[in-house]
Amino acid sequence: MGTKKSSSGKTVTEFLNVDGTVYKTKLSPKFMNRAGWEKPDDKKLLSFIPGTVLKIYVKKGQKVKKGDKIMVLEAMKMQNKILIHRDGKIKNVYVKEGQNVPKGALMLEVI
Amino acid sequence: MPLKRKIRELQEKREQVLKGGGDKAIEKQVAMGKLTARERIISLLDEDSFNEYDLFVEHEARDFDMDKKTLHGDGVIIGTGTIYGAPICVFAQDFTVAGGSLGLMHSRKITKIMDHALKMRVPLVGINDSGGARIQEGVNSLAGYGEIFFRNTLNSGVIPQISVILGPCAGGAVYSPALTDFVFVVDKISKMFITGPEVIKTVLGEEISMEDLGGAKVHSEISGNAHFYATSEQECFDQIKKLITFIPWNNRQKAKAFEPKEPNPKFKIDKIVPGDPTLPYDVRNVIRAIVDDSDFFEIQELWATNIVIGFGRMAGRTIGFVANQPLVLAGVLDVDSSDKAARFIRFCDAFNIPIVTLVDLPGYLPGVDQEHAGVIRHGAKVLYAYSEATVPKITVIIRKAYGGGYIAMNSRHLRADFVFAWPGAEIAVMGPEGAANIIFRREINEAEDPEKVRYQKVKEYKDKFANPYVAAAKGYIDSVIEPGETRTLLLHAIEVSDNKAVSGPRKKHGIPPF
Repeated sequence: MGTKKSSSGKTVTEFLNVDGTVYKTKLSPKFMNRAGWEKPDDKKLLSFIPGTVLKIYVKKGQKVKKGDKIMVLEAMKMQNKILIHRDGKIKNVYVKEGQNVPKGALMLEVI
Repeated sequence: MPLKRKIRELQEKREQVLKGGGDKAIEKQVAMGKLTARERIISLLDEDSFNEYDLFVEHEARDFDMDKKTLHGDGVIIGTGTIYGAPICVFAQDFTVAGGSLGLMHSRKITKIMDHALKMRVPLVGINDSGGARIQEGVNSLAGYGEIFFRNTLNSGVIPQISVILGPCAGGAVYSPALTDFVFVVDKISKMFITGPEVIKTVLGEEISMEDLGGAKVHSEISGNAHFYATSEQECFDQIKKLITFIPWNNRQKAKAFEPKEPNPKFKIDKIVPGDPTLPYDVRNVIRAIVDDSDFFEIQELWATNIVIGFGRMAGRTIGFVANQPLVLAGVLDVDSSDKAARFIRFCDAFNIPIVTLVDLPGYLPGVDQEHAGVIRHGAKVLYAYSEATVPKITVIIRKAYGGGYIAMNSRHLRADFVFAWPGAEIAVMGPEGAANIIFRREINEAEDPEKVRYQKVKEYKDKFANPYVAAAKGYIDSVIEPGETRTLLLHAIEVSDNKAVSGPRKKHGIPPF
């Protein structure tokens, strides 16, 4: 996979490697713009839906047990209870009550 | 040769073949934490019910010195047996023989048992544990896969087909499980992918482990390719056995009826659902409060969890449940949950299982990623599946039923046979806030105190539309019922729908938005 660029920086040819054979071809914009895979970080809590943080029950430095209620995120007119997925200590809280968060925002870190 | 000696000869031959790939290969299999193919079949089927066929089949490959190799049974075991008395056709790939690789004769054994299952109209269980195509056999191996996929499609909707992934299942081989009705995986043992981590690394430069790419967890939680996840092979076999009790042998029969039982009184139906429509609850407890013995057998319980699907019994008969789950993503329909529900509805319809739908959803999930992922096409699958289904279809609207979500979730308009609504049901084009903001936009904007007017208008809309009576007045809902009446009414509805007969226009087949 890859592109060869001429000196002017303009893309001239593109290549795709399938099962060890390299093919000269065009690459679709969706393919070129795809995000690489990253191993999810178990210690970071990301918002799963855009919404508003209604309540936060934990503070920095606080010890938590798996299943503890840590916040309420209102989204799609539902007060979603957010539970912590592992035992640990709250390293940092990155959101405030009343704050709007987009999908995939880092809300909290636990160590 | 006297008969006695001939019998002895047969016994010796059998003994040799039954060793599969030999002691060393079996040791390796055990070291990987796996049972052997025959052990698997024996654990799955009723005791002493298994009969094996094609024990002496041998491959015919001549190239690459293959003619000097003996592969016992050509790496696959086929046969018939029973699960709780239900007849079953089964095949299990034997990883100890040439890595369970699929050659021509191997594939012919599989297609033989598949044809048998179709002819006898009994369920088929396939246990996959194979390194993939037997490369030495070239296109013959591909032909073998193709013949299997064709039969998977032919059998689809006639007999239940179950795939069990107990080892690697890579490349083209994954398409057989994908064409079957239920896929079972086991933690740390199952691996499914089209291209493996090594290919991904050379082609894209991305590093990923086999487990992260196509392990049991990935297919149960992220891709949705698997329907049942277990932590051990034995647990997996127990799940399969339980599934078999819920489904019929074929599309001409109904699932076996069991002794009727009352639900466990600890599930109090009127205490589970909060009155405030913005508060979540676990809809599975509503199902448990309705079904016999409170026994709900959930399918795909780790994937697209904003919708819940599975089997339960009512008056001893199998019922398919589809329910929005307010506990997750407010119970919205999105790409994955639509896909999950639609496929399940089609299974129930094909196999004469009545469907009960529990509705509580604010609609389809908004978002660029959803729109770009084709939520229009995927969401349409739910409409298609419900409209097409001719089994008894009963709907209970628990709380919210807004917009397209109301229509999609087995509404009267898609030919639900019975629609019940709890008194807290809100059936409207959209939520009161959104609706009031659109209808009264000018009044709100021009008011001295817009917030106050907004509040009033939202309340006005709520009082007028956020209830079940507008829909009931039009006959879109048959009955507004108390939560405590739900089970009794469902039992009655199922009973009176038993001889339901509807027919649509003649066609070869529809074109669902896959």
